[in-house]
Amino acid sequence: MSVIDSTRFDRLREFARPDRVFDFMAPAQSPVDVRHGPILYLEDVSVSFDGFQAINQLNLTIDDGELRCIIGPNGAGKTTMMDIITGKTRPDHGQVWFGSRHNLLTLDEPQIANLGIGRKFQKPTVFEALDVTENLELAMAGDRRVWKTLLARLDREGQARIDEVLETIGLTSARHRLAGVLSHGQKQWLEIGMLLMQRPRLLLVDEPVAGMTEPEMHRTAELLTRLAGQQSVVVVEHDMGFVRSIARQVTVLHQGSVLAEGTMDEVASDPRVIEVYLGGDEEAA
Amino acid sequence: MTTQTLLHERDRSRQAFLSRSTLLTSLVLIVGMLVVLVLNALPESSAWHVSNATVSLLGKYFTYMLLALAVDLIWGYLGILSLGHGAFFALGGYAMGLYLNAQTSPLPGWQSIMTYFPVAALAVLLAPGLLALVFGWLAFRSRVTGVYFSIITQALTFALMLAFNRNEMGMGGSTGLTRFYELLGFSLASEGMTVALFVASGMAVLLAFWLCRAITVSRLGRVSVATRDAEARVRFIGYRVDHVKLALFVVSAMIAGVAGALYVPQVGIINPSTFAPLFSIEVVVWVALGGRATLYGALLGALVVNYLKTVLTGVMPDAWLFILGGLFVLVTMLLPQGIAGVISTWRGKRHDGEEQDRQEVSA
Repeated sequence: MSVIDSTRFDRLREFARPDRVFDFMAPAQSPVDVRHGPILYLEDVSVSFDGFQAINQLNLTIDDGELRCIIGPNGAGKTTMMDIITGKTRPDHGQVWFGSRHNLLTLDEPQIANLGIGRKFQKPTVFEALDVTENLELAMAGDRRVWKTLLARLDREGQARIDEVLETIGLTSARHRLAGVLSHGQKQWLEIGMLLMQRPRLLLVDEPVAGMTEPEMHRTAELLTRLAGQQSVVVVEHDMGFVRSIARQVTVLHQGSVLAEGTMDEVASDPRVIEVYLGGDEEAA
Repeated sequence: MTTQTLLHERDRSRQAFLSRSTLLTSLVLIVGMLVVLVLNALPESSAWHVSNATVSLLGKYFTYMLLALAVDLIWGYLGILSLGHGAFFALGGYAMGLYLNAQTSPLPGWQSIMTYFPVAALAVLLAPGLLALVFGWLAFRSRVTGVYFSIITQALTFALMLAFNRNEMGMGGSTGLTRFYELLGFSLASEGMTVALFVASGMAVLLAFWLCRAITVSRLGRVSVATRDAEARVRFIGYRVDHVKLALFVVSAMIAGVAGALYVPQVGIINPSTFAPLFSIEVVVWVALGGRATLYGALLGALVVNYLKTVLTGVMPDAWLFILGGLFVLVTMLLPQGIAGVISTWRGKRHDGEEQDRQEVSA
């Protein structure tokens, strides 16, 4: 009897703790819970389009602060996987968790974006009618509601943040240029810059160096490795040279599921990987 | 810096609320109104005298300009092509029509509340606003975009036309509402009323122009331009695209409603033909001709096309629709940015902020 009483008392004391707010008063979008390690957790995810099995019982875990490269031949399901994580596509079954608190399958794109998952598209997508600074301004983390957006002014702090990101992506001198007239590589960096403005916990980057020149590619590699650690970064890429230059952990996708996982060398020496992917492209591997 | 860089830089001063084009447009509107008022006050014997009929006609043009502004706000800056904006215009018009009717004979049933001007004024905003809210909520939530959205807006206005044609609606059936004699206790036939309605319409255009300008230069305006050009991207950086669209759509519908309410007392009738799809399409042509994604372009387009219509339907009434169609085709092919595009090229302002907004708009 006394045991029950004491737990009740504890609960009461817990309830009345002055250093905490009640659960219902806490901000709706609680920070991502990564105490258990993974920031992204996909389990047994499957999706098919008109009978084509794009993702087949995919299991994938990304740790907090990790830089992960995902490679795989065309049609391996890389982009579909990103669509599922960002809420664009709903899987037929399976589970997708962001940290250990947020079930991504119950949220839509803006909610997922505001939780802290940023996405860079394969084809660079920036707002071409706006200039570089305005592109970054729109992406800046903040209140996204219509009324607040109408009244929003760029404050000193926001301006400083934009300057900082401009510096990081190397577009300071092009700050007032229209995004539409930037070179292909600059657009890619601007898009990465927009992701940074969102202050995401997890960055999903789809083919960042497609169509880039060699020096541009080096810059991008540098940029992405610098980001890892502060953020978790998942890079989907075709270019093996590029993957080798940045990757610590590599996941190979094949026909919608994970074929192999490990360091680049481990993966490259895996006979199954060589057969399905690297086989025909010995030199690049 | 190289000339290349200079050419493509965005001029920040044009993004401020009080840019040169805003000041110029406001000035032209105000001075234009004053000139008309002064000329109207001249004795009728004077060669410069502007008749009351002309003042009334210009007042009607003002309401059309207001409607064009409403369409441009969502089409030019948000990429939503509404081919049913006449419906919101007509609803505002019917609200005003009911009020005007109520001044001569009491209205039956619920309509009797429209006897009071504040109620009627509220209805002018709320009837189109609520319709836009419900319709827009359903459409944008389901991500109906592009041509599909345009088609259902056509269906909406067509359905309303059929409904208002029925006598059971209590809206005068196919004849619509007429018999307007008094507004706020003053006779509609009086000279003072003609001038007052002209001034009210002109002021409404000015206020709506400033409102639209304030929206388009705000961050919300940039979000809407971004939505027009890359909707998915906007969603992935965390904006609720459906809410942005809904908000602007409702504002636009309300502006159209005010336009309709000012139109009715000046024309003396509102009937279901205002709901006709053709009218809504005509409004889009005004905006396209004037230059979408520039607010002054929409105003100019509405004025020019309607002036042409007044002149040409007098000279050769049967040819007007062919001329309008031909004009639309020619402008689309030769001047994809409309009259406003010609003006900004002519002024050598190729890197005008508004010009840049339009660069991405395909004809």
